[in-house]
Amino acid sequence: MQITTRLAALLLIGAFQSSYVMADQDAATNMLADTCVACHGTDGNSVGPAIPNLAGMSPNYLMAAMLAYKYDDDEDKLESVIESDVDFEDVEAFPRYSTIMGRIAKGYTEQEIKLLANYFSSETAVRPTQAFDSAKADQGKKLHDKYCEKCHENEGRFADDDTGVLAGQWKPFFLYTMDDFKNGDRAMPKKMRTKLEEMAETDGPEAIEQLADYYSSITD
Amino acid sequence: MKKLNRRDFIKLGGGSIVAGTAGIGIPNIALGATKKVVVIGGGAGGAIAAKYIRKADSSIEVTLIETNKDYYTCFMSNEVIGGDRKIETIRHSYEGMKKHGINVVHSKATDVDIDGKMVKTESGDSFAYDRLVVSPGISFKWGAVEGYDEAASEIMPHAWKAGSQTSLLRKQIESMKDGGLVIIAPPANPFRCPPGPYERVCQIAHYLKHNKPKSKILVLDAKDKFSKQGLFTQGWKARYDGMIDWVPAADTGGGVTSVDPSSMTVSTDFDDYKADVVNLIPPQSAGTIAITAGLTNDSGWCPVDLGTFESKIHAGVHVIGDAAIATGMPKSGYAANSQAKVCAAAIVASLNDHEMADPSYVNTCYSLVAPDYGISVAAVYRLAEDRSSIAKVAGGLTPSDASADSLQREVQYAYSWYDNIVADMFA
Repeated sequence: MQITTRLAALLLIGAFQSSYVMADQDAATNMLADTCVACHGTDGNSVGPAIPNLAGMSPNYLMAAMLAYKYDDDEDKLESVIESDVDFEDVEAFPRYSTIMGRIAKGYTEQEIKLLANYFSSETAVRPTQAFDSAKADQGKKLHDKYCEKCHENEGRFADDDTGVLAGQWKPFFLYTMDDFKNGDRAMPKKMRTKLEEMAETDGPEAIEQLADYYSSITD
Repeated sequence: MKKLNRRDFIKLGGGSIVAGTAGIGIPNIALGATKKVVVIGGGAGGAIAAKYIRKADSSIEVTLIETNKDYYTCFMSNEVIGGDRKIETIRHSYEGMKKHGINVVHSKATDVDIDGKMVKTESGDSFAYDRLVVSPGISFKWGAVEGYDEAASEIMPHAWKAGSQTSLLRKQIESMKDGGLVIIAPPANPFRCPPGPYERVCQIAHYLKHNKPKSKILVLDAKDKFSKQGLFTQGWKARYDGMIDWVPAADTGGGVTSVDPSSMTVSTDFDDYKADVVNLIPPQSAGTIAITAGLTNDSGWCPVDLGTFESKIHAGVHVIGDAAIATGMPKSGYAANSQAKVCAAAIVASLNDHEMADPSYVNTCYSLVAPDYGISVAAVYRLAEDRSSIAKVAGGLTPSDASADSLQREVQYAYSWYDNIVADMFA
C-alpha cells in the first residue's frame, strides 16, 4: 500500500504542521472520537456486523481510508497533503467506494483525521463471537495460508505493517469489502489483485465466503 | 478522626477532586468533596451523558433519574409498526448502566429546586447536584389539534413515544380490513425525528402492499415540505406507487385542525376525512420536567449555550436532546447522543476547572423505505464562532441515483447503527 508507506514517513517527519491549540490533546481527541462511536461502537469496537471494527487498526491504514473518503478521487488534494514527489500512479487509495463515509470524512481536517487514526489504533480490538461454518472456516484457513498470510500476518491479526486487520473482522463487512475490491470500487495493491485472481481461478467463487468464515472464527 | 479545616481542604485541591474523603467520614455536601451530577431522563441523550461523564471522570457521582424500568427506542419502532420487527427487540434495560457506577433511580422527577440545586422525585426523594442534565425528550401539546387529548391517543395513536403506543398502532394496522384507509398526520416543525413520519409511511405501505394491497395511505401534512423529501418521494414511487397520497399544508389550509375519535374523523379547514386507522402526530414541546423547572422559553423548547448545552435561563443546568434548541441540528437520536457527549465534556471540564475541547458534533440518520431499501442523511458540525448555531461543515443525503446495492447496504448499516448506538447507551 503505497499511500500508507508515504503517510508513515509523514508521521515521522511531522509534516502535519499543526496550528491547532491543544491545551489537552486527549480531551480534543476524545471529543472527535465520540462523534464516530455511536456508529462504529464504543471505543471503536462495533457490535453491528455491517460496520467495521476500527480498534487496533494501524494509524496509517485508518488515515489512508479517511483521506480517500475525504478527497474522493482528487489526487491533487492528496498530493498536497503528502507534500512530496510521490508518483501517484502507484497510489492505491483511490477509488474507495462508500455509502456514507464520503459524506462524513469531509467534515474533518487532516490534523483531526490524524488524531482519530491514532486514537482508534490505540484501542484494543475486541473480536466478536460470530456464527460461522466450521468446514468452510477450515477451508478458509488453507486459502489464507496460501494467498493472504504473507501480507496479512499472524492469521490477519497483525496491523503494524498497515494491512487491514482481518482476524475477527465482521463477516458482512468483510464480504462487502471483497465485493468492492472485485468490482473495482476499491483500489488494491497489485500483489493483492494477483493473489485474488489466482485464488478465483484455482479455488472458485466460494473461496471468498470460506475466507470470511475463517476470519469470523477467530475470537482471540 | 482528622477534621479538615478550610485551609487543609484548599490544599487538597480546593473542591476539585478529593477521592476517598467520603470514606473517612467527612460529609460530602459540606465539603463538596465528591462532585455530583444528576441526569433526568435515560434516553438517547441522558443515558449517554451519564455514561460519558463517568467514562471521563469516575470520581464524579452520577445519578440517573428515569421513570421507566425499560426503555423502548423510537428508532426502529417504525419497523415494529410495519410488522418486520418485534417490539421486544427495541426494549432495553438499565442494568448495563450500573456497571459504570451510575446510580440509576427509577422514579419520576417532579421538580427542580434551582437555587437549592436539588431534584425532587415522585417517590419523595431529593437528589443534590453540582450540575444537572435535563434530557426529558418531548411532551405533547394536548388540545393543540382540537379534540386530540391523551384519551384520544388511545383511539388515534401518536406512537411518537415508543412502547405501548407503538404496539397499539401496530395492532390497528394489523386488524384493519383490506381496502382500508390509514391517515397519518405529521406536525409542523420543529418536532422529534423529522424523517420519522415518512419512514412510517413506508413501513406501513410495505405491510399493506403484501397483506392488504387495496388499502391506501393519506398523509395530511402540516408542512409543505419535509426531511429527505426527494428520496422518500422517489422510494414511494418505486415501491408503493398508487398507494400513498401526500397532501401538503398548502392544499388543506394547514393540515389537520381537529379530530373526532368517536367517528374516526379528522378535519382540516377545508374537508373532513373518515379513516380506518388514524396516526395523529401532535405538535410538541420540551418534556414536562423542563417546563416545570422553567427551562423553556415561549417556543416551548429550551434555549441553551450551543457549546456546552448549559441553559440560558438557569446556570448549572444543561439541556440536551429533543428538548433543547440546538440551532442547526435536527431533533434526532444521534444528535442527542452527540450533544450528550459535548455536554458531558463541558461538565467534566467545568467540575475539574479545565478548559473543554472545541465541541464537535455529528448526526447520522437512516430511514428504511423497504427491507432492501435504506436511505440516510449525515452531517458533521462545528460551533459557529459567535456560538449562534451548530454549523454544518460537511454531510449530505444518499444520492438520488444510488444503486440498488447501495440502498441494500444502507439497510444493513442502519441495523448496525442501531446495534452500536444502543450499546453506546446501555452496554
